[in-house]
Amino acid sequence: MNYINQAVVWLNDPLNWTNPGTGIFTLLEQHLRITGAAVLLGCLVAWPLGLWLGHTGRGGGVVVVVSNVTLAIPTLALLSILPLIRAIGIGELPVIIALAVFAVPPLLANAYTGLRSVDPEVREAAQGMGLSGWQLLWRVELPLAVPYLAAGLRTAAVQVVATASLAALVAGGGLGEIISDGFGLGLSRAGGQVLAGGLLVAVLALMVEGVLAVVQRLVTPRPLRRSQRVRKSRTAVAAES
Amino acid sequence: MSLPDSPPLAYASSANPWFSWQYVHDNSATLVAALREHASLTVEAVVLAAIVAIPLAVLAHWYHRSTGPILALSGVLYTIPSLALFAVLAPFIGIGRGTVLIGLVIYALLVIVRNTLAGLGQVPDDVREAARGMGYGRFASLIRIELPLALPGIITGLRLATVSTVALTTVGVLVGHGGLGQLITTGFHANYRAEITTATVLAVVLALVLDLLLAGAGRLLTPWLRRRAS
Repeated sequence: MNYINQAVVWLNDPLNWTNPGTGIFTLLEQHLRITGAAVLLGCLVAWPLGLWLGHTGRGGGVVVVVSNVTLAIPTLALLSILPLIRAIGIGELPVIIALAVFAVPPLLANAYTGLRSVDPEVREAAQGMGLSGWQLLWRVELPLAVPYLAAGLRTAAVQVVATASLAALVAGGGLGEIISDGFGLGLSRAGGQVLAGGLLVAVLALMVEGVLAVVQRLVTPRPLRRSQRVRKSRTAVAAES
Repeated sequence: MSLPDSPPLAYASSANPWFSWQYVHDNSATLVAALREHASLTVEAVVLAAIVAIPLAVLAHWYHRSTGPILALSGVLYTIPSLALFAVLAPFIGIGRGTVLIGLVIYALLVIVRNTLAGLGQVPDDVREAARGMGYGRFASLIRIELPLALPGIITGLRLATVSTVALTTVGVLVGHGGLGQLITTGFHANYRAEITTATVLAVVLALVLDLLLAGAGRLLTPWLRRRAS
């Protein structure tokens, strides 16, 4: 209980929020900037590749291999290795690149699946109307894949915002600094700070998840949304009867 | 005055290789100790998680009303970053191995519950009805029919949980028990590349070996799938 009181006291200290270098607002801004840049970089790499692979129908194996390999690499390892590569240097850039690497698999897999799940009859109809390969991709397949792209973006962004907290372990900034600084001071002195930092990072991740869930719903065409709910309630009725 | 600056730089580039047998040779005892801690944390976490997760998934499968809440809760927990989870656990459990283990069990648990539930859901209804018609009770049907048929899903869950637990264990450096993550962090602070890359390669290899072992076990346990494929 002692630590909970300390965490409340720490969170109620306005200086902890507004401190110029280490305040919550500064760290939050840095956290969100790094996250945004990493997700953007991930999208720029993964979406064109995933859409192209899905459009041509080749390279399903590539998607699986990419996601399996990145799953096995510890985030901490990549965060530690990249700043030591001289061409990348230190600062925010290695953190952004490392996080972008982990954003790629969900973005890639969802872009690929989105295009592959376009009804073949729709594709044939579009080809029959005389659409070229690019037109087919841009005007038929891409709009139909938007719900999948949104789902991938949500997964990637939530994952990156969560992983960005690890940047603090390699002096990369972000809200994780509150936690790692607290551990550096020791639990007896800064247990409340550690707890408060943990709660802040957790709340941020859950908020991003919530906001993006709403965005995903908004960009999913209404018929696709409703059919899912109807199907669910129908099976529920069937199970009860 | 620029003279004293240049020699250390040259020295750093020649003595800071990405890999060094000399380092591996000189520090083999440390490497083995870190690898052992990493492997034992991973195996303990996945075994404990499986012991809790599989019965939980069966409960969620039997009582449809509980499926939604169990999946929703696991989704929320999974969204919480590992650093935050360790930070929330540490003040109450203390600095040590136990905190890392509990955190790892929680994440592994969620993966195994979801995949076991998916595996159980894939058992065809007519198979379940045939088992009931042959006089199997609920429990006997579960043990002898449904769980064996759900094995592919369970194995997938165990494999995913194992690979991600190996990667996640490194975050344990926060409380001083990160296995190979310990070496990654000291290498980072000492600005010594070989230590980081050696520990990283060992972690990736550990994940691959454990994954292959589980995949092999899965093949041995589900001979009917192989027969169907051939």
